[in-house]
Amino acid sequence: MNLIAQYADWIYLVAAVLFILTLKGLSSPTGAIAGNRYGMVGMALAVLVTLVIAPSPNFALIVLAMVAGAAVGLYRAKTVPMTQMPETVALMHSLVGLAAVLIALAAVHNGDQHHSTVQRVELFIGCFIGGITFTASVVAWGKLSAKLAAKPLKGGWVKPVQIGLALGMLGFGGHYFITESLTSFWVMTAFSVVLGYFLIAPIGGGDMPVVVSMLNSYSGWAAAGIGFTLNNSVLIIAGSLVGSSGAILSYIMCKAMNRSLMNVIFGGGMGGDEAAGAAGDAVQKAYKSGSADDAAFMMSNADSVVIVPGYGLAVSRAQHALQEYANALTEKGVKVRYAIHPVAGRMPGHMNVLLAEAEVPYEQVQEMEEINSDFSNTDVVLVIGANDVVNPAALKDKQSPIYGMPILEAHKARTVIVVKRSMSAGYAGLDNELFYLDKTMMVFGDAKKVVEDMLKAVAH
Amino acid sequence: MSTTETVAHAATQAAQTAAASLPVEQLVQTPFVATFTIFVLAIFIGYHVVWSVTPALHTPLMAVTNALSSIIVVGAVLQTVDIGGQAITLTSVLGAVSVFLASVNIFGGFAVTSRMLEMFKKKKK
Repeated sequence: MNLIAQYADWIYLVAAVLFILTLKGLSSPTGAIAGNRYGMVGMALAVLVTLVIAPSPNFALIVLAMVAGAAVGLYRAKTVPMTQMPETVALMHSLVGLAAVLIALAAVHNGDQHHSTVQRVELFIGCFIGGITFTASVVAWGKLSAKLAAKPLKGGWVKPVQIGLALGMLGFGGHYFITESLTSFWVMTAFSVVLGYFLIAPIGGGDMPVVVSMLNSYSGWAAAGIGFTLNNSVLIIAGSLVGSSGAILSYIMCKAMNRSLMNVIFGGGMGGDEAAGAAGDAVQKAYKSGSADDAAFMMSNADSVVIVPGYGLAVSRAQHALQEYANALTEKGVKVRYAIHPVAGRMPGHMNVLLAEAEVPYEQVQEMEEINSDFSNTDVVLVIGANDVVNPAALKDKQSPIYGMPILEAHKARTVIVVKRSMSAGYAGLDNELFYLDKTMMVFGDAKKVVEDMLKAVAH
Repeated sequence: MSTTETVAHAATQAAQTAAASLPVEQLVQTPFVATFTIFVLAIFIGYHVVWSVTPALHTPLMAVTNALSSIIVVGAVLQTVDIGGQAITLTSVLGAVSVFLASVNIFGGFAVTSRMLEMFKKKKK
């Protein structure tokens, strides 16, 4: 025991290195599994060392809390459907945020610990980032799981309220810093928790992929903040790794959605207004429609098919049927691939997980950059449940709100088949000229029903 | 004394003087700079490592980083302590609750990540 205590910092260092290897492993699916194990080992080491060096720890309470937490966590991990990953991740962020708040509160009430001026600042920062992360993630979870309205909170009063809350939070934090007043610390915490709500409530449901990534980042900074207070390097390192990871993911998502981070955070409902205006001047245009049988016939006779799945596919739970259909096509000698837009799902990489769950081979799934140059050599593109990510207006129409957004260039293929419920506009509220091209055939209906019909048609 | 020896001697003396005037005590008293150095360097490592993650695995990345940020459990354990011989204090209860919250995330995060990664593996023929 003494030996472990003596080498505690060394063991923390090992844990930190293992955490870095965890992220490193995710550069390929094969390395990722080993990486995940490194993470578990690192975490176990860090916790064990902490138990040894903690001054008079209450083992009964700690073990009880850990066992209960493990039971809840493992149960959720086993049962959560993959379509619900985004809200689950949001909920997990909120737990990290709340834990940071409670740790900071526990620390300021700890009579055995004295906090230097620097530590007071760190406690204050760790606590308010945690508080914001907590409620902001709960709001994100609510919007993603449709328990709260996805509609953004609007009005001129929102911004003054945000600023007022932020100033109040900083003011009471400053008061705590000077006077060590516990009341001020609690009030500061309350302000941060309310601020978290008002930061995310004005952001629309469609921007949630960015928000979830951003909160991922926040939860990391909260951990790092607590790490500063405790002067604990493994917390700081793990927190910064997570913080930068979330920041990068937010950047990737923003780029894919043609939004700037500032625009998402501070712009609130602006995107919605523009989109509504654009949808208003849509005119009736001619389009071709066909049946699932027609579509199946075209694809059976093609050499190459690229499937563009969107969130609509996952909503109608059609991914398994789709993979069966893709297998049937492959058996007929058709080259089938999937093209994934970065925002195809509800969070970064979500669609990849949904396809992997449906046993789509990893090699058949290609990212936007990989496949875009191939569309001109593709016979048939099958668009299912996607809209804005294949809208050519993003490339050509400078007036379009999505102008500049990178898209999957499905319109370059010889034939395009679009499976859709109706001609209604996509999330951005925009008309899609892809639907009116001569080479495009619309197949109307529920994605799952259409795919099943196509499967039947190809079976005989 | 040859010239080289003189130079070497002078250098040693200079080094000793420099070492003596180094504000060692000051460094010990302000570990903030040291921890902040770790913080900044870790951000750089994170930046470079995360860019190498394949986009197909971004969802598992978020799940596993969630588990990693629950390293905050270390802070929670350090608060779940007896204070002045008392087991149940506001501090220890708040600490225990945060141990619980962080544990949900640690176990849940790693487990759901490995569940997702298994899906990617099965297909790798």
